[in-house]
Amino acid sequence: MNALTPITAHTGRAVALRRDQVDTDQIIPASFCKRLTKSGYADALFAGWRKDPGFVLDRPEHAGATVLVAARNFGTGSSREHAVWALRDGGFAAVIASSFGDIFRRNAWRNGLLAVELPEEAVAALADAAEADPGFTVTIDLAGLTVTAGGDRWEFTANERQRRLLMEGLDEIAVTLAEDEAITAYESARHDWLPAAGPRTTPARSRARL
Amino acid sequence: MSAPRTLIDKVWDGHVVRRRADDPDLIYIDLHLVHEASSPQAFDGLRGTGRRVRRPDLTLALEDHNVPTDSLTIADAMGREQVETLRRNCAEHGITVYSLGDGRQGIVHVVAPERGLVQPGTTVVCGDSHTSTHGAFGALAFGVGTGDVEHVLATQTMPLARPRTMAVEFAGALPPDVTAKDLMLAVIAQIGANGANGHVIEYRGAAIEGLTMEGRMTLCNLSVEAGARAGMIAPDEVTYRYLKGRPDAPSGDAWDRAERHWRTLPTDEGARFDRTVTVDAASLAPFVTWGTNPGQAVPVDSAVPDPEAFADEADRAAAERALAYMDLAPGTPMRSIAVDTVFIGSCTNGRIEDLRAAADVMRGRKVADGVTALVVPGSMAVRRAAEEEGLHEVFAAAGAQWRLSGCSMCLGMNADRLVGPRRCASTSNRNYEGRQGDRARTHLVSPAVAAATAVTGRLTPPAGLR
Ligand code: SF4
Repeated sequence: MNALTPITAHTGRAVALRRDQVDTDQIIPASFCKRLTKSGYADALFAGWRKDPGFVLDRPEHAGATVLVAARNFGTGSSREHAVWALRDGGFAAVIASSFGDIFRRNAWRNGLLAVELPEEAVAALADAAEADPGFTVTIDLAGLTVTAGGDRWEFTANERQRRLLMEGLDEIAVTLAEDEAITAYESARHDWLPAAGPRTTPARSRARL
Repeated sequence: MSAPRTLIDKVWDGHVVRRRADDPDLIYIDLHLVHEASSPQAFDGLRGTGRRVRRPDLTLALEDHNVPTDSLTIADAMGREQVETLRRNCAEHGITVYSLGDGRQGIVHVVAPERGLVQPGTTVVCGDSHTSTHGAFGALAFGVGTGDVEHVLATQTMPLARPRTMAVEFAGALPPDVTAKDLMLAVIAQIGANGANGHVIEYRGAAIEGLTMEGRMTLCNLSVEAGARAGMIAPDEVTYRYLKGRPDAPSGDAWDRAERHWRTLPTDEGARFDRTVTVDAASLAPFVTWGTNPGQAVPVDSAVPDPEAFADEADRAAAERALAYMDLAPGTPMRSIAVDTVFIGSCTNGRIEDLRAAADVMRGRKVADGVTALVVPGSMAVRRAAEEEGLHEVFAAAGAQWRLSGCSMCLGMNADRLVGPRRCASTSNRNYEGRQGDRARTHLVSPAVAAATAVTGRLTPPAGLR
């Protein structure tokens, strides 16, 4: 029941945000993280920077762009998954950068936002092209692990498990729950002196529904 | 004999639930810390799928991000709703929660260690990047997103690719006035805010052995500001002394068995790290940040750097942007920069030793005119300990505000936030644009520098008062 829509590729127009170290506090300020939902964050995306009327994402020629071309260490900082939800709600399906914050990258793939790492020269070339032509289109192919745009083609690597989950539309928790036997066996061999935050309970086992 | 292994390898290998050639390892999580801001959607996910929390006994919840520090009532409706949601979720699933008003409440990364819950060789996760703090005990501890919070609640495990290992070796002893905070700001300035991406760091060397647990927690806390997944320090006598007798630490015979295991954890002679970085601890001075990421830091006795001096074009552009936001000109001596706010607290520097260091500087002195100084203990237990030592009286006499515990001005989510273009010397961990409030400008500093700065109204090392 929790399966996601499989994602195998994405094609869309690119917009460049040429800033290093875009932290998740910029992607979504903490004051928006009081909400209890996983969606409805479009208004929060880059809320601080959007106060500048010339902010690149608000330029009319970039309306409808779905591929964000960033720079180095995109998504560094706070672990807030809201950053991914805000990008997705803001219409983005992929972010291409030369490096990512580790937690952000993991959060992104889990939510079907393709966080694709390419060499700095490739990212710069994509940013140049997106700035020169707002109609510049990029295709990310998960099966072949390639990015193609304007006649160029680059390969990228991905966490194999996250890629597979996404391409098959699988719920990661369900996949892990199928390992219940191994988890239970591990638990029964744990040291008895290990810490507990509350009274010891027997493991509550959820059914694995794939 | 088996090949020599690092501390990181040993903890990892001890937590593999299932290993397969074509898949990441499934890692068991010994302790899951939960707070109100990153968990509501995870509990919703469980409800939507009819799943249960597998190990409520290995889960502890805290209220910290949204709580006020001057009252026990959350005025903001959304913040209150988020906290109440956490309480309902914990009640539904049988999870222990230390709520606002409870004597055990505080910042998640301060409370778990002071309870004795974080032990050497364990795995700890939390929906919060500064979970790296707990590596100070020789635990493998890292922050995760809300989706992983849900995953750990349901399975008590995480599928994880084995991280690369990095040794940060400190050569020499720390000079006076140089704290764990300065040490780490210097490391980040040296390797960059993404210098340790994809790695787990082990901090090594005499300077580390000489640190208290509080100092080690500060160091490991900031690992994530260097981009690391986690930071770790091998357990030793300092660790055992800190843990012994804490409410949730083992006791009696269980302690002996635990300690026997802990003593096997330190990195073996000859074990290899994927990367090694050496830092000359003896040459360091108190550090302060001038920019908008924690890597943009210099010794307090130096000046704001000139962007033109950066060889890399992107670094230059970042420095220019940062200086524009910070409203600083290249060449300005750091010590001439005036602040209007001083924040002493957070999971980085809100522990008893941090408050002692600040009080030592403020004792018999006054906060400068026009400066608002907040002292926010990291937990209610820290607050009580400080009051037993009379530190609150030192702060009050100096004119600083003595608050209840919480994340406070670290993140601009609760009532303690800066409004307008204020400038703050802060013992927290992130000097990002807008982190402490919409247009707030943050200089990261150690508690001693924060206190000296409160007294003079300008960025000042404690030596500047003597
Ligand atoms: S004190 Fe700051 S960094 Fe630490 S948990 Fe709270 S908000 Fe996060």
